[in-house]
Amino acid sequence: MLRYILSRLGQSLILLLIVSFIGFAVLTLAPGGPLSQFALSPGMTQEQIDKIAEQMGLNRPLWVQYIDWFTHMITGDWGTSYRDGQPVLHVIGSHLFATLLLMGTATTLSVSIGSSIGILSAIRRGSLFDTTMTIAAMIALSIPTFWFGLIAIYIFSLNLGWLPAGNMYNIGDQSVLDYLRHLILPASVLALVDVAIWSRYMRTSTLNVINQDFVRTARAKGLSSRRVLLKHIVGNSLVPMITLAGLQVPMVLGGALVTETVFTWPGMGRLFLDSLGYSDYPVVMGLLMASALLVLIGNLAADLLIAQIDPRVRLD
Amino acid sequence: MTDTEKTTSHLTRRQALMLMGAAGATGLMGPMAIGRDRAFAANADPSGQLVLAFSQEPTVFNPLMPHIEVDEGVYYAVYDPLFDFDPSGEFFAILAADVPTVANGGISADGLNWALTLKEGVTWHDGTPFTAEDVKFSLELTMDPEFRSFRSTGYKLMKNITVVSDTELTWEMTEPFAPMAAILASTYIIPKHVFEGVADKNDSPLNTAPIGTGPFKFKNRMAGDHIELEANTDYHMDGPYLKTLIIKYVPDLNVMYTQFKSGDIDVIGLQYITPDHLAEAETLEGKVVKISGQATFESIGLNTTRPQFQELAVRQALYAAIDKTSIIDALYYGVPTPTETYMPQQSYYYNPDLPKHEFNIDKANALLDEAGWVRGADGIREKDGVKLAFSNSTTAGNHLREQAQQFIQQTFLEIGVAMEIKNLPPAVMWGDYWMNSEFDSVVVGLNTLAGADPDTSDYFMSTASPVLGGAGQNTFAYNSAKVDELLTKGALSFVPEDRKAIYQEMQAVIRHDLPFLPMFQYSVIKGWKDDVTGPAPNVNNRIDSWNVRDWKRS
Repeated sequence: MLRYILSRLGQSLILLLIVSFIGFAVLTLAPGGPLSQFALSPGMTQEQIDKIAEQMGLNRPLWVQYIDWFTHMITGDWGTSYRDGQPVLHVIGSHLFATLLLMGTATTLSVSIGSSIGILSAIRRGSLFDTTMTIAAMIALSIPTFWFGLIAIYIFSLNLGWLPAGNMYNIGDQSVLDYLRHLILPASVLALVDVAIWSRYMRTSTLNVINQDFVRTARAKGLSSRRVLLKHIVGNSLVPMITLAGLQVPMVLGGALVTETVFTWPGMGRLFLDSLGYSDYPVVMGLLMASALLVLIGNLAADLLIAQIDPRVRLD
Repeated sequence: MTDTEKTTSHLTRRQALMLMGAAGATGLMGPMAIGRDRAFAANADPSGQLVLAFSQEPTVFNPLMPHIEVDEGVYYAVYDPLFDFDPSGEFFAILAADVPTVANGGISADGLNWALTLKEGVTWHDGTPFTAEDVKFSLELTMDPEFRSFRSTGYKLMKNITVVSDTELTWEMTEPFAPMAAILASTYIIPKHVFEGVADKNDSPLNTAPIGTGPFKFKNRMAGDHIELEANTDYHMDGPYLKTLIIKYVPDLNVMYTQFKSGDIDVIGLQYITPDHLAEAETLEGKVVKISGQATFESIGLNTTRPQFQELAVRQALYAAIDKTSIIDALYYGVPTPTETYMPQQSYYYNPDLPKHEFNIDKANALLDEAGWVRGADGIREKDGVKLAFSNSTTAGNHLREQAQQFIQQTFLEIGVAMEIKNLPPAVMWGDYWMNSEFDSVVVGLNTLAGADPDTSDYFMSTASPVLGGAGQNTFAYNSAKVDELLTKGALSFVPEDRKAIYQEMQAVIRHDLPFLPMFQYSVIKGWKDDVTGPAPNVNNRIDSWNVRDWKRS
């Protein structure tokens, strides 16, 4: 097992290196750059832009810039944001809480509700409940998040006035209740789509299990259907879900761009887009490396977990 | 240029009584022009909270470093310039006791020696006294080779900046430069003491915890969301009247409008209310909605080095084939004002007598026929092997502009001109593609002025074109000996009446030459709750919070 983990970690490092190189090349080779936003400023001259580029080291050959960035990165210095002069890890950290709060809530909601719906649909396959949920899931999946978000704001904020139209809290309030009030709409909007996805996965996975021999055996030996469901079906149908959950980890930390924009939620998704828009290379690279790392860790964790749960899987 | 001492002599001041002083003044320069009390009048009891929203995020808090206009929204609250422009284009003193002019002796008649007196008793937000040393430090920092300076125009002409006393300083100019006062009006003074012991001036404490002399103190910032500012009760002018000012970042204009409607936003700032919401916004209860002119003008900019655009007749024909009125009314809901020039219509230097544009396809066709541009088999005109076809670029995703392009594309086709639309993401569009004139033509919104000063050398002087071997923003590669001459003359003149004649003539020359086809002057739709007083349009400043010290809630 230890050997397996070590070899996976070794592979991960090589993968990270490749990701960082490709990411850096694509980012810096793209036309534009961090200084182009000043081009339309009154009084800004090309001479001045060239001078700043030199001071920031942007006129050095790409490979020099890459090696410089890389050697700093592996020693824990992820650089400084071009946009606000803060260390990259600080910038990422300052958006982490908002993202974890929103995505954590939404994911918890969607996984628990979605899985329950999926299991119920599967064991009552073809029932009115199953059909309704299938149609509802299709609708939820087809609605663009931003549209759904705007409609939710229109109904619950503008017309009914029950909930705030956006933001994470009221400045000056910031009580737990205040955070919760602000969390309801964006978390529900996000969860809605994910509930649909999870319920579909869970339904399929459960259906696969239901038709297995061991389920029939369990029934045949006279177990109550409740016991069959909880002990034999649910447990086994959750196994494929673990891999999916592992892949979900970087999503949780990556934030939800559209929902964050509609609800002015200061999370990672917007940070990524803003940083990309400003060609803030250090922050974009930081986010890229962090999410690549999470993908690898999420996958590894899922594989290890499956090996623990599922005796058929061996990692040697 | 060695007689610095003369600037402090009172003789030259009286002799120069009839002269008006630098940049942009429209009358005898009264520093009290808008009735400001120079004595200490800080408001001891500010009250209420106000949320001002911008669609971009302010992130740069050292005002001397490269920044965009939204950052200035914070600067006006936290920092102070020496003096600033009021809406009529006149200066009023802020940190300076008086605005230096030739008339009051602050500027020598030849424009080479400047003397500045500062207000007494002003303190920084941390309690340290503000002195002439801070001003000297700020001005010199702009030219520090290690420092990432926002600009060098004007500053690079300053030398021998001398602190005479805590409230007095003088400097010399290597050449007379009338726009200098306008540049100073957008130079926010930063505290010298904060930089003591700081090795890398690009990485000073100001970047995270700005300290200024302005009406509001920086309290905290939540990255990606908002900045919280609190009243500076020791402020050296009237105000502030608000206890808390929140500058909120709302990245989407539809969301911003929705939050204005729902009451989460008190004042809707930069990028404002989109024209498609105007009709509804005007009916909102408890909200004030106003259209106000901006210094930016929209035009079809031509790369005049391209063979297609060499002939005046072609440029005239293209101009005549733009249905300006329909574009403004149908696409922009009639909000912007048609224009013939780069100069804002609110400016003292605006030339109202320029020939008026007329949309006339027949005339455009006649012009091209006459000039010998013949239609080919595909209906596109040609002359001497040059096809009257070119690309037009702007920021991809700017929907109104993209629709305007399509509209223009159609009317151009009617005169046998093929315009291909080639839009690019902002970072690409305004990078080398724009700076090095790699485009055929563009749709661009430009503000060619620095504050209220009429000098536009950086945009229209032939030496300011990178593609012609110069340095500057003349990306249309406009090359007119007459305009070069007028610009040079204008920058040397410190008398507003004289300058007015110069710049009006220049507008006429440019209107004739058409290096760009002027479309309209920007107007924006501003909005605030009706219990808010203070927000006032000011075409001479880049952003709304220029007078945030005066804002209050009733």
